[in-house]
Amino acid sequence: MSLLELDDVKVHFPVRRGLLFDRVVGYVHAVDGVSLTVEAGRTYGLVGESGCGKTTLGRAVLRLTDITSGRVLFDGTDLAALPGEAMRRARRRLQMIFQDPLGSLDPRQNIESALTEGMAAHGLGDGRAGRRARIRDVLERVGLPAGALSRYPHEFSGGQRQRIGIARALVLEPDLIICDEPVSALDVSVQAQVLNLLEELQDSLGLTYVVIAHDLAVVRHISDRVGVMYLGGLVEEADSDTLYAEPRHPYTRALMSAVPVPDPDLEDNRERILLRGDLPSPASPPAGCRFHTRCPWRQPERCDTERPELTDIGGGHRVACHYAAGIADGTVRPTTELAPRVLRDVPPPREAAEPARETMTDG
Amino acid sequence: MTLLSVEELSVTFTGRDGGRRGPGTDAVCGVSFTVAEGEVAGLVGESGCGKSVTSLALMGLLPRRGVRVGGRAVFRHSGPDPVDLLSLPPAALRDLRGRQLAMIFQDPLSSLNPVVPIGVQVTEVLTRHRGLRGRAARAEAAHLLERGGIPDPTRRLKEYPHQLSGGMRQRALIAMAVACAPRLLIADEPTTALDVTIQAQILELLRELVDDQGTALLMITHDLGVVAGICDSVHVLYAGKVVEAAGRRALFAAPAHPYAHGLLGSVPRLDAPRGERLHPVRGSINDRLSWPDGCAFAPRCDRYTLECLDATPELTALPGATGGHLVRCVHPVGNEGSAAADTPTEREASA
Amino acid sequence: MTIRTEKLDRLAELTARRDTTTGAGLWTEALRRLRGSKMALTGAAVITVFVVIAVVGPWLAPHDPTAQTWRDEVFVNRALFVGPRSGNWLGLDHLGRDQFSRLLVGARHTLLVGVVSTLIGLVAGALVGGVSGAALAFGGRAGRGLDTVLMRGVDMLLALPSLLLAVSVAAVMGQSLTTVMIAVGVVQIPVFARLLRGSMLAQAHADYVLAARALGVRRRRVVLAHVLPNSLGPVIVQTTLALATAIIEAAALSYLGLGNPDAAQPEWGVMLAQAERFFVPEDLLDQASLMAVCPALGIIVTALGFTLLGEALREALDPKLRG
Repeated sequence: MSLLELDDVKVHFPVRRGLLFDRVVGYVHAVDGVSLTVEAGRTYGLVGESGCGKTTLGRAVLRLTDITSGRVLFDGTDLAALPGEAMRRARRRLQMIFQDPLGSLDPRQNIESALTEGMAAHGLGDGRAGRRARIRDVLERVGLPAGALSRYPHEFSGGQRQRIGIARALVLEPDLIICDEPVSALDVSVQAQVLNLLEELQDSLGLTYVVIAHDLAVVRHISDRVGVMYLGGLVEEADSDTLYAEPRHPYTRALMSAVPVPDPDLEDNRERILLRGDLPSPASPPAGCRFHTRCPWRQPERCDTERPELTDIGGGHRVACHYAAGIADGTVRPTTELAPRVLRDVPPPREAAEPARETMTDG
Repeated sequence: MTLLSVEELSVTFTGRDGGRRGPGTDAVCGVSFTVAEGEVAGLVGESGCGKSVTSLALMGLLPRRGVRVGGRAVFRHSGPDPVDLLSLPPAALRDLRGRQLAMIFQDPLSSLNPVVPIGVQVTEVLTRHRGLRGRAARAEAAHLLERGGIPDPTRRLKEYPHQLSGGMRQRALIAMAVACAPRLLIADEPTTALDVTIQAQILELLRELVDDQGTALLMITHDLGVVAGICDSVHVLYAGKVVEAAGRRALFAAPAHPYAHGLLGSVPRLDAPRGERLHPVRGSINDRLSWPDGCAFAPRCDRYTLECLDATPELTALPGATGGHLVRCVHPVGNEGSAAADTPTEREASA
Repeated sequence: MTIRTEKLDRLAELTARRDTTTGAGLWTEALRRLRGSKMALTGAAVITVFVVIAVVGPWLAPHDPTAQTWRDEVFVNRALFVGPRSGNWLGLDHLGRDQFSRLLVGARHTLLVGVVSTLIGLVAGALVGGVSGAALAFGGRAGRGLDTVLMRGVDMLLALPSLLLAVSVAAVMGQSLTTVMIAVGVVQIPVFARLLRGSMLAQAHADYVLAARALGVRRRRVVLAHVLPNSLGPVIVQTTLALATAIIEAAALSYLGLGNPDAAQPEWGVMLAQAERFFVPEDLLDQASLMAVCPALGIIVTALGFTLLGEALREALDPKLRG
């Protein structure tokens, strides 16, 4: 059963200029027609690099930014059409976890006040005692001591702050939690604690997650289904394992080959597709396929003019590339002009014999 | 040949820091390592482990007030005698910096002057250290940018830092850093602020530099994947001390220190089967002992016993390992024989 | 073995979560940091002395500050003044009034002008800035319009040189102490308005505001409970700094003759103005000069006190410096 369904969602930000009074001179196409479905009790991962619109999309679902067009169906209701007060009430069931655990907590608010605020806004919990009991229960779930209640955000470590952020969402008993880069601001060892906690909570509470992250490894680890975004649109969507085993879009392949793996043997021997250049500006996205300016497999004409649709190539694997099939079976070859250095030709680095004392090579 | 040899480097922040009074905080306490010509040495650790402070100390970029630096950092520059970077007079160090020693930082935007065009900033380096002027300097600057992988370099030279993307800025910084073919390049989290596809480009660029020019690279990072890809030798830092040092294959194949082991278990891997639970290190960096009381990692360690609290563990060769695998641990992972011989703490405490 | 158990206890202590410590809020932290700052202590000391003098000055004054008791001892035409002596510690002014008493009583008026005019600026400015900031950040299209109108008005005020503005107000409203207070206060309005608006806008984009909205907190509460309290830091700092400038500007207006028409009433600015024509630059300790130097020093030291406290507050409230 699908809990959340996005249908051709667009978010365009006006660009204003003007001396005395602002005039709209153009639009940034932050999210440009995204359709996807999130199943209840599952985790949907959205991955992409900065500027691809993944964060904007997450905020658009909660209507924290205005949706330009499209529908956001949550459990049958179109959130995009809800009036303000009804949307505010709907947020009890849709919660969000933020990237910066310190920045997303009011520095002047102690933890108890931060956790009760949501309940007060939605009229939950019977009285003070009831709310307190609920808070204590949630604190225990996320692994924080009850003594944390009277303390302030700056007195906690990064991981603990993120736990507070999670607790704040949990007290409202939401159905869906949007996790916007939930671990990217944390230290590696703490990242794993938070990821495990998110998984445990899903198992015990039946939560549905949308996890937004730039780190493909994190997204793959936690998600059942993964959507890859590039410049405001989905370019590929598949089950987590399928996407990893058979990435079909050239951008997904490049992204996957760029993620470093903590394994020297793999690092030395794997196929590497280096992309040329940078992300084009979302204020004036390229015509045709958004990726054609950097695509190693770009073909003349069609890629520059026709925007590929996200099409199902079987088993729910959707790809937005005209030549996905051709690239996969090798009939479409990388064009010479932007040819990627596919196989790394560098000899494996020398092993340092004794790194901390004497060294081996003689200049 | 050893290019840089750091011996017992320690950095203590004394005095009041943000209103705190105290005897001082040891950011780095006794770090030793060497970097050879053409070698990529990695300093790995999480925030607060002292890796950035180490690099700043080597470059002489720490503030003079309220900081106490100890130990030696012998640098074999192109001149006749090796010098100690830590005791060099500021003027001599400034001269060395840029010409033989260069550094690139995590945030390329704040390392560039926002109101001066890129071109002027690059030519400035060339003028100061290589005596190039006018047209020759501009031509060389364009050449450097091009070699750094910046397309259309002559146009870029006229642009200001904010007009470049993050990746371009980092390239420009690298171009400036390698302008004088330094013997040692210190890179402090050079790709942390960048997207992965851009990170791959930058790492490739650094690798080329090392291979083509024989530049030694001291890579400071928290990303174990980056380390696995680029570093020859790896030094894992925890609470201001090296806890494990090894060649990268040895380290990743069998991390011996529980912390290094835990770090590797915490990283979600792209190639790991889905649904596999991660094995995080519990607690945070705040839960630590001070080194004189024993092993700083003990409060977060699953393997600690009373021996861990006897004294500061020494950095010793890992028993049974070949060649230079050093570990600072009483009960290294993979050495179960000796660990099993000791009674675990809980049992002893309850007895 | 005992050493070991001790160490174990210590380890357990370190590993256990420290539940006992109670939370300290931002203001508590700031106060703690202020207590350790020499700058803040100096500023606070100066201000305390000033306020005490302003309150109890009239009772402390040994003589009537308006009575020209020793009128026949001073000969202005021949530049004959009376310097410090046993009954008059700071000598007499040009009309034979006790300089020390005038200084003590004058502090009260100076404080009154400073506080009232800053309050006018603060209240009106914060109102305009707060409404403007809240409207722009959370009011949608209509809010943007309201903000534009309010801010253009403020910009016009800001564009006028402050003293000129004050002179104009004084010219329209006539000469009185109230005029001076309003004039100096009006000048402060755009500063406070701009400051609070900017500060609120910065806070409105903070993640915790987004988080509060995501929780489903009502907009009014988001503004009043989150954005506003977090935006007040710079305004409080500015208030102390504005007190300093207000005192100086009030003195300047009095000096220009726009202040209290009853010139006999002591006020530091008026005293400075009256003494100016006798001033001997070569000898600052001459009684002729002393008549100007005393109120001038009073103004400078007081303004400095407020500035010091303001700067210390700015440092204490800076989140970047928080330990």
